[in-house]
Amino acid sequence: MKTVTAILIVLVLASSPVPVPAAPDSVRQAELLYLLKHDCGSCHGMTRKGGLGPALLPENLQERTRDLLVITVLDGRPGTPMPPWRGQLSEEEAYWLVDVLLRGEAL
Amino acid sequence: MNWLITGSGGKGVRALFLLFPVIFPLRFLKKGSDPFSHILRLLTVVVLLLAGLACNAFAECLTRGTGDLGIVIERAAGSVLVVDTTTRSGLFRVAGLGDLSHASAVFSRDERYAYVFGRDGGLSKVDLLCGKLEKRIVQAGNSIGGAISQDGKLVAVSNYQPGGVRVFNADSLEPVADLPAVFADGKSSKVVGLVDAPGQRFVYTLYDAGQIRIANLSDPTAPQVRVFPGIGLQPYDALVTPDGRYYLAGLFGEDGLARLDLWHPENGVVRILDHYGRGREKLPVYKMPHLEGWAMAGRDAFLPAVGQHEVLVLDTATWKEAGRIAVHGQPVFVEARPDGRQVWVNFAHPDNDTVQVIDTETLEVIHTLKPGKGVLHMEFTPRGEAVWISVRDADQVQVYDTTSFERVAHLSADKPSGIFFTARAHRTGL
Repeated sequence: MKTVTAILIVLVLASSPVPVPAAPDSVRQAELLYLLKHDCGSCHGMTRKGGLGPALLPENLQERTRDLLVITVLDGRPGTPMPPWRGQLSEEEAYWLVDVLLRGEAL
Repeated sequence: MNWLITGSGGKGVRALFLLFPVIFPLRFLKKGSDPFSHILRLLTVVVLLLAGLACNAFAECLTRGTGDLGIVIERAAGSVLVVDTTTRSGLFRVAGLGDLSHASAVFSRDERYAYVFGRDGGLSKVDLLCGKLEKRIVQAGNSIGGAISQDGKLVAVSNYQPGGVRVFNADSLEPVADLPAVFADGKSSKVVGLVDAPGQRFVYTLYDAGQIRIANLSDPTAPQVRVFPGIGLQPYDALVTPDGRYYLAGLFGEDGLARLDLWHPENGVVRILDHYGRGREKLPVYKMPHLEGWAMAGRDAFLPAVGQHEVLVLDTATWKEAGRIAVHGQPVFVEARPDGRQVWVNFAHPDNDTVQVIDTETLEVIHTLKPGKGVLHMEFTPRGEAVWISVRDADQVQVYDTTSFERVAHLSADKPSGIFFTARAHRTGL
């Protein structure tokens, strides 16, 4: 029995992809969407159609992986005006925001 | 709060005006019997009818001057408020202007119309007296700002997508000229810092190409464009001095500004203030500073330092740095009160709840205000006794006395951003 459980645990662990970070609570989600609309929006447009920064609609992000987008949000893009948001956003929050972008939600 | 007519308001008044020319003349007709007075009365009836109809046609428009009016952009709602800076109240809300996430405006020189440039490429002409969207065109995919020509007949819009500048007839908004911003390898550049300059010229900067261009539209059918390449990395915005002589483009990718003398364009572009950030780490910039107008006192000009918590002072006689003023955060707008005695500064996220006032004589911060989160813009009344401040998160425009720093009024506005008063109509570069 013990071996079966151990195998099961190993299987479950092995089959799970990159750990999915916990979603922020609903109050924080509202704050993040506000930040996305107004602060990200000051360069990328409130409707995410782009401005001085590139458009952030799902079709514009197809060629980039989720992880790369999260790194871009947290660490910025040196040589461009995109600033690092680390310190203001946690990794979980960055993942959550990137998923909102990739799914084209809250538009 | 304040008296505010929205789009379909004033129906009762309109009905009265409609009935007046019918009821009144009918009563009038019954009296008298001789043929002459009958004709006279008939004539009077016709005149009254016409007057009534004319009156009705303009029933919703105001009859007044517009020199103390302005507009407030409600950026999330895609509407503008027409405001009166004397009574400090709203007059109309005009809706249907599209995506105003980054909107600015210029005014016709009779100060009756505002031309609003929206993020979605929309160019809207708003009638301030009638509180009406006179005309709206979508002239590009994505635009950033605009300018009106010296003679008031042309309106130019600078675009991000597809890039370049488009010029329209100010009256009809019919297209007049197209000025593409194509550079190396046929790529099209985003255009920033579009201003008007004397000699029926528009001057603008190519963000991706690092160029300044001067377009002369003395003959609108054959614009003459002059190109100044290599001005520096990522020019993010620009301004022209009030006399229309110097054009200055701020650089994001490196320190300093690119200066072009529009009296002597043959002298080319000169770099100024190229040392201010040297050896210092640039802070992350959460909102691009704006260069709008020329914050000037005596011979000193005041400019936002990119990526620093500083306002730069530039001596315009020598074009050398004359000082730096430590401020609360990264400046976004640095605006001089019209008399030049004070400079007001607002800040980028996360310090955008604060406004500071600098005394231009002592170069010291003399007052700090906390209007609330999301201070996006400030606009002085024409002679500067008051300043209007948009506070996005409070859904308010707050009015401050610039002598006492007391808040003297506030207006409700839906996520207000840019504030533009009609006095801009008579200022070059605004």
